[in-house]
Amino acid sequence: MLRYIIVAILVLLSQSTHAQVEMADNFRGEGKIYVVIAVILIIMAGFFYLLFKLDKRAKQLEKEIEEK
Amino acid sequence: MDYLLKKDWWKWFCIALLTYTIVAGLLVPVPRLNILNETIRVLHFHVPMWFGMIFLFMASVIHAVKYLRSGNNNSDAFSSELASIGLYFGVFGILSGMLWARFAWGEFWSNDPKQNAAAISLLIYLAYFVLRGSLQDQQQRSRISAVYNIFAFSLMIPLLFILPRMTDSLHPGNGGNPALSIYDTNSTLKAVFYPAVIGWTLLGFWIASIASRISLTKQKLEDA
Repeated sequence: MLRYIIVAILVLLSQSTHAQVEMADNFRGEGKIYVVIAVILIIMAGFFYLLFKLDKRAKQLEKEIEEK
Repeated sequence: MDYLLKKDWWKWFCIALLTYTIVAGLLVPVPRLNILNETIRVLHFHVPMWFGMIFLFMASVIHAVKYLRSGNNNSDAFSSELASIGLYFGVFGILSGMLWARFAWGEFWSNDPKQNAAAISLLIYLAYFVLRGSLQDQQQRSRISAVYNIFAFSLMIPLLFILPRMTDSLHPGNGGNPALSIYDTNSTLKAVFYPAVIGWTLLGFWIASIASRISLTKQKLEDA
């Protein structure tokens, strides 16, 4: 029984490693359009991070004005 | 910068240009190039980050000189906020470039001369903020960082525009592969790329103007 399980696991593993040889398939698929989308997302995330930092500074300023 | 703070039309222009950039950048047909495939479209997002960074740093150094000539605190605030947003643009440029390089050149970082020079110039600008943060006296901080700003800008020009062109580089436009020549055959790329540069740059100025308004208000509050 154990042998069957081990064989089954090995078969599964070999299949999954075989599938892993071509890594990031999606990213290379469809003429690598996903790379373009990822780049847009990186830049968008960056700008949102910047906006959150600005937001924090404005809130701090509001607090300081209230305290005065 | 004072003018930018008072007028709004260019913000709507920026929105229009960036909407056009995303729609046309993803949909308009592009030249079919090996290896690059669809990633040629990254041109409209990665390269404008660097153009935007250079325009922001240029405006920053102009305000630094203005500060040194007049001693006006407004110019100092504009100068430092423009440099800060410019540095963010550089970081976005390097991150998006690394991902593009992974799929176009095979590695995130291949020690390409322009990649290295860009990283060095970002570090030089990072030192500007270390310097600013380390000085307590306001006038001293403004004066020294304005002088350092001029130094940083004049160091960035040879690092980005001269040194990489003297050796072979993976970037187009360096080491005997003239800039934009592979794109020259296709005017549809240019029709998106140039508006993209203007749009992203305006977005940078927009954010910098908000940031400098916040820091000027803070200054007014402290003086009051």
